[in-house]
Amino acid sequence: MGEVNAGGDLDRREVVRRLLEGRKDLLVVTGLGSPSYDVMAAGDHDLNYYLWAAMGSAAMVGLGLAKAQPGRSVLVVTGDGEMLMGLGALATIAVQAPPNLTVAVLDNGHFGETGMQLSHAGRGIALDQVAGSCGFPWTAEIRQMSQVDGLRARIGSRDGPKLATVKIRAENAPRVLPPRDGAYVKNRFRMALGHAPI
Amino acid sequence: MAAEDHGDDGRQGWKSDVFRVLKQHGIRHVVYVPDAGHSVALRLAEADDEIQSVVLTTEEEGIGYLAGAWLGGDKGALLLQSSGVGNCINTLALQAMARFPLLMLVTMRGDWAEFNAWQNPMGQATEASLKLMGVMTWRADRPEDVAPLVHGAATMAFNGDAACAVLLGQRLIGEKQWVK
Repeated sequence: MGEVNAGGDLDRREVVRRLLEGRKDLLVVTGLGSPSYDVMAAGDHDLNYYLWAAMGSAAMVGLGLAKAQPGRSVLVVTGDGEMLMGLGALATIAVQAPPNLTVAVLDNGHFGETGMQLSHAGRGIALDQVAGSCGFPWTAEIRQMSQVDGLRARIGSRDGPKLATVKIRAENAPRVLPPRDGAYVKNRFRMALGHAPI
Repeated sequence: MAAEDHGDDGRQGWKSDVFRVLKQHGIRHVVYVPDAGHSVALRLAEADDEIQSVVLTTEEEGIGYLAGAWLGGDKGALLLQSSGVGNCINTLALQAMARFPLLMLVTMRGDWAEFNAWQNPMGQATEASLKLMGVMTWRADRPEDVAPLVHGAATMAFNGDAACAVLLGQRLIGEKQWVK
């Protein structure tokens, strides 16, 4: 496969800011690296859970959360490299079919955190098509900001798991670091949902 | 109960004990990569409307899933075979850094009377690997030990934001019959 699909023209910070605009009680999980910085840059929130490790786990954290909180909408914001490391999660999510889970893959076609090496996505693997093949009832490849607004409008729906690859520019925005104390962020998140620490 | 649950020798009751103790601890999610030693617990979990049963493609998916469920206020358990412990190593950083409760029930291979020697490397490294990553471990080799050890591990996981694993030994599970 050649370099047929390496990212796009959208600005990642603007994409995430638009996705989270007016978020209300949306629950958000971020994959390690730039997606965590993008979500932080859009505004820290008690209902954000930022991953700093466990590459490949973001979508699964989102699934567990979606199954435990079926009355709320869950948005996973991650990168193409992070999603590729947990590709099997797309099969697991499709089998569970949580109606309230949306995965937004910020796809620049590269491993941005490690020196912009070309990823599988940048070499032609379309993660939205993989999700579609697994049985996600709604998938999309997004190249225009108007489609981002469309994606945001769908997050609140209850019509099955959704995944969009959002084609962003392969560039690193200034780092905006979320808290690294995982226990603090965990307990802050749980307390916002009414669960006391142990 | 099927004969499989309470064999003629009365030594198979531990298989349903596992599920009973999980229920007593308020487990709402059973996530797993299947193993024969877990077959009774998995069948009971799949049949229970109050339990979310989630089959995984690889064991580390379960660590992320259970972290998410806990964020949402729910308890769960990861059922896996010892070979799958190897798949979990890096992902256990999530548990270690955020101190999510994590209850793992591990059926052992490469542990005793193993016919397939390819199971031995990971089986022999399972408990040490878990300990290296900060997981507390207990071994059950006798049927009467299973319920108290699962109870103890669940208590310490959910009251201590800790990672706890019960290893279900191959002597307990029984020798796999390769030639009938």
